[in-house]
Amino acid sequence: MRPVISVSHLSKSYGNLVAVSDVSFEVYEGEIFGLLGPNGAGKTTTVECVQGLRVPDSGAAEVLGLDPHTQGDRLRPLIGSQLQESSLPQRLKVWEALDLFSSLLPGGGPWGEVIEQWGLTEKADASFGSLSGGQRQRLLVALALINQPKVVFLDEMTTGLDPAARRATWQLIGRIRDAGTTVVLVTHFMDEAERLCDRLAVVNRGSLVAAGTPAELIAQHHDRVTVRVSLDSSDWAWLQSLPGVDRAERRGRTVELVGPPTMVPWVGKVLVDHGCVPSDMAVIRPTLEDVYLRLVGEEVE
Amino acid sequence: MRGSLAKLTWVEIKLFLREPVTVIFTLALPLMVLYVLGGVFGNEAAGGGGDVVYRGYGPTDFYTPAYVALAVAGVALIGVPAHLVEYREIGVLRRFRASSVRQWDVLVSQLVVSLVIATVGAGLLVTAAFLFTDVTVPQAPGLFLVAYGLGAVALAVLGLLLGTVLPSARAAQSVGLLLWFVFMFLSGAGPPPEVLPSSLRTIGDWLPFTPVVELLQEPWLRGGWATTQSLVVAALVLVAAGIAWWAYRWE
Repeated sequence: MRPVISVSHLSKSYGNLVAVSDVSFEVYEGEIFGLLGPNGAGKTTTVECVQGLRVPDSGAAEVLGLDPHTQGDRLRPLIGSQLQESSLPQRLKVWEALDLFSSLLPGGGPWGEVIEQWGLTEKADASFGSLSGGQRQRLLVALALINQPKVVFLDEMTTGLDPAARRATWQLIGRIRDAGTTVVLVTHFMDEAERLCDRLAVVNRGSLVAAGTPAELIAQHHDRVTVRVSLDSSDWAWLQSLPGVDRAERRGRTVELVGPPTMVPWVGKVLVDHGCVPSDMAVIRPTLEDVYLRLVGEEVE
Repeated sequence: MRGSLAKLTWVEIKLFLREPVTVIFTLALPLMVLYVLGGVFGNEAAGGGGDVVYRGYGPTDFYTPAYVALAVAGVALIGVPAHLVEYREIGVLRRFRASSVRQWDVLVSQLVVSLVIATVGAGLLVTAAFLFTDVTVPQAPGLFLVAYGLGAVALAVLGLLLGTVLPSARAAQSVGLLLWFVFMFLSGAGPPPEVLPSSLRTIGDWLPFTPVVELLQEPWLRGGWATTQSLVVAALVLVAAGIAWWAYRWE
């Protein structure tokens, strides 16, 4: 499959501060691709280079077959942007914003449908400054989509939203993808990335530290599972000595074994062999959060 | 003009009119100043020759073209710069840029907003002067309009320059207000220059507002054209526009 975005060896520094260092990744048509990393990891700089809003020091990006830096004028109409730290004039009304932005780029048709689709009809005459955080975010996303772009960039779109508004926003992102638009999602929220992204790249301190589907990342970077089971017998050496067990702990009746996923069927077998058929055997698989914390270090908030 | 630039400009005009502070400064304050000072000084020309106040003209005649410049300065120096800096501060310019708005579009739309609102303010002021004072009609109305065009563009460009170089909206508002009052007092729109201490007069002579005021007064009072002043003002336009274009930042 041909990628709609390919980034190769992208680097960008601000003075002595290396913001992005040798980052490469590809985004395929119709997927939600996540750039996940702690604040200041270089995610925003990366997507801004990809959108042609910043010039990389070295490396290249190609979006929809165009160079964002030299062919930015041709690229802009094909992409949509919801930028971090961007805003609209406080006294601009919702309908005026839609009307203005639909006229700025070709492809921006009538906005009557958009305002309805994003649930802003009742707020058409409200000023941007009077909207709630969720309404503002919906308007900014609506503006990013108003010219029916092929790729849309959403940078930290749920920061500052309450949980209900976040969930509503997640549904909207799913709808964007379902409509055939490729989505590049920049976030520092692990749950958001896990919930939404088809594939993602983890960025830390300017470098890409892992990329793949959530399942691939878990398999590659956290291949240990935990088996927890209750055991009445005080003799459990046969469990500890099972091949593949890295770590075994016992607290009262509860035994915890850590090892590779292939350890699980063996645990089941030896339990049965020893006449134990517990009803509470649980296999705890690592989540993306475990992988993320391992990749970016534990100092993340 | 591209359709989107026209729409952007129209939206900007509406936004300008929604800012109470700037509306008061640009439309109401010059009218108030005209009313108060017109009442204080009347329009009786001082007799005698030489270095007399108001260069021998009636105060209202002397002040009306100066207040026209003051009305323009209110929009151009207080309204527009703070607006433009705020756009940069809160990320409106970033957002515009991502939608292919060009530097040219931003600056031209703000320039047009400045000129349109300033002209409304100036028109109100001149109308009020004719209705409520005994101001005499301009000696050369056509030349006055030309002088107005040049002076208004100069102040508007000066405002764009402030809007591109000042670091914060707060700074822009303070600097704009300060300039407005300094211009008013030292450039012939406040006390007559003839009564100022010589040090202040010297400062006034170097302020860019002074040639604008004189440019407007010349066709109104004498039916002539202030050639030197017009060249200074034209040079001001070019220099300020050049620096503003060069110093422009999206964020």
